[in-house]
Amino acid sequence: MAKDFKFRTCPETGLKVHSQADALIKANAVVAVVFLAIGGLFGLLVALTRWPAVHMLDAELFYLALTAHGADVLVFWIIFFEVAVLYFASAILLNARIVLPKIAWLGFILMLVGALMANVAVLQGESSVMFTSYVPMKAAPHFYLGLILFAVGALLAVGIFFGTILTAKKEKTYEGSLPLVTFGALTAAIIAVYTILSGAIILVPTFLWSLDLIPHIDSLTYKLIWWGFGHSSQQINVATHVSIWYATAALLLGAKPLSEKVSRGAFLLYILFLQLASAHHLLVEPGVSSSWKIFNTSYALYLAVLGSLIHGLSVPGAIEAAQRKRGFNKGVFEWLRKAPWGNPAFSSMFLSLVLFGFLGGISGVTMGNEQINLIIHNTIYVPGHFHATVVAGTTLAFMGITYLVVPLIFQREIVMKGLARWQPYLFGLGAAGISLFMMGAGTIGIARRHWDITFSDAPLTVDVPGTAFMMMGLNGVFAIMATIGGAIYVVVVVASILFGAKRDEAACKANPVVTAGGGEAVASYGAEEEHPNLSGTIVLVTLLFVTFVLYYYVNWKFLSEVWPLS
Amino acid sequence: MTDNSGSTNENGDEDIPFMQRLLDNPLLLLVIGVASPMLLYTIWGVVEVALIPLAN
Ligand code: HEM
Ligand SMILES: [Cu+2]
Repeated sequence: MAKDFKFRTCPETGLKVHSQADALIKANAVVAVVFLAIGGLFGLLVALTRWPAVHMLDAELFYLALTAHGADVLVFWIIFFEVAVLYFASAILLNARIVLPKIAWLGFILMLVGALMANVAVLQGESSVMFTSYVPMKAAPHFYLGLILFAVGALLAVGIFFGTILTAKKEKTYEGSLPLVTFGALTAAIIAVYTILSGAIILVPTFLWSLDLIPHIDSLTYKLIWWGFGHSSQQINVATHVSIWYATAALLLGAKPLSEKVSRGAFLLYILFLQLASAHHLLVEPGVSSSWKIFNTSYALYLAVLGSLIHGLSVPGAIEAAQRKRGFNKGVFEWLRKAPWGNPAFSSMFLSLVLFGFLGGISGVTMGNEQINLIIHNTIYVPGHFHATVVAGTTLAFMGITYLVVPLIFQREIVMKGLARWQPYLFGLGAAGISLFMMGAGTIGIARRHWDITFSDAPLTVDVPGTAFMMMGLNGVFAIMATIGGAIYVVVVVASILFGAKRDEAACKANPVVTAGGGEAVASYGAEEEHPNLSGTIVLVTLLFVTFVLYYYVNWKFLSEVWPLS
Repeated sequence: MTDNSGSTNENGDEDIPFMQRLLDNPLLLLVIGVASPMLLYTIWGVVEVALIPLAN
């Protein structure tokens, strides 16, 4: 190996940072934040339109905004950020170099060009097909082409991730097994390969069809394969944000996993089963059998959920163990009360964990059941559920780790610390509110993706209960709160990158963001050795179970009332 | 279950349990993680859709 690679040593974690990894993480993270800003604003417009008293956009613009919102936040914000996480978890945590950085940059450019192209197509107004782009709705060819270029770029990034971890092993930059956070990122990367393959299988023919080169795409086949892409990409998010939970706990508190075996086993359950749950999007399709639906969404899904429950126990458990070690040992909850709630990296992470579990997890498992799904299928309950997973869960976790990426990778101090401190609470509360109120409105039958809940131009009048108007109004109020929280995030991050004080070695020593031993904890394989008292975690987990059982039961009861069978 | 408390096999390698060898093999995990949903979700599903009789 004759070539020299440029490395710096991080003064806080002691990790070796390859200059190309630094640059790639920065580029992907910055572009991600830009797409979050654009997509978030479209989200506000959508929510204000669905607030009946405001009803802001006309129908055409509403569907345009809805398409732009879904694509910019769900696809572009999240996946650009995930690429940054992949490079972090491979090169940085393994003290290794990024292999083939030129290809990594090519991937970045393809993703950027693709995302811009799809945005242009949507803004031109001929592609308001929403991010699912179900056929036979037809978008402009450059909408599909944009998505395809983006996917090819993302696939290159995933390839670089695999190349980097394999090369790191060969060059012995780490010993033994992968650190857990890298293993979680590996899980995300594996799911990403299936996701992108599914996307390619369906979007390439659809692109050709939009050019009239293929006469017909079967709509059920489209849905089936598209959801292999659409659903699995959400599972990339889950694997990634769970990894971020572990990483944050390690960096801020020196927390180590309670058991490597158990946590890695939980990620293995993701690899094996999580993607199969794609079938819950087809639970009411008449063309596929109940065996296929139930196998994929019940048997398989429950094993994947088991994985999530394990992480849901072991992440707070690791935090409790670490906090008790630091002396916060009184009673059941001193460890939690004395956690660094004023540090936005921590508060984001913990809120993400709680909201993802209680709102997203419970609603997801319940609605993924073939029978119960009938109550809420295609109602606004569905966006309610996934704003809990992908906004309160994934997005909040990504926001949280940004408060560490800025000082550690961009080497800048966070500016406007006072605002930053409140940001996760504002955004978390806003996201929780929109999730709950959309779920509430969906339970009483309000359709998703609908411009006018009163159906004012329909030949038959529809009786919409007053509570539905109230819920959609409250949804609008919390949407404003989430938007303010999101805007503060964007402003703080951009201002810190541009104007934050440079963090040199002295600044890092004087004002560390990583706890002593945090770098070691995040970048090594190995579990907590003592068997700690986890009474607080047990209480939290019991609360989750009880809530889940009650909610599940209530829904069956509700189903029996919706459809009286005798 | 084999005892894996540091015993050594003929190759001189430490006896690593099966699950750990699986978890330490990213490419094998990749193959499993792509093949499993391709078979159980995609292919099974597409076959069912393809077998729906056409209306005349
Ligand atoms: C300021 C924050 C946000 C607000 C106020 C907001 C609000 C909304 C609303 C009201 C809808 C429309 C539901 C419907 O009419 O069916 C929606 C849809 C959606 N949102 Fe958000 N959202 C926000 C952030 C996000 C984020 C961060 C993500 C992804 C990470 C996201 C992903 C989606 C997706 C995928 C849809 C579905 C689009 C479709 O049905 O085609 N949202 N959002
Ligand atoms: Cu799904």
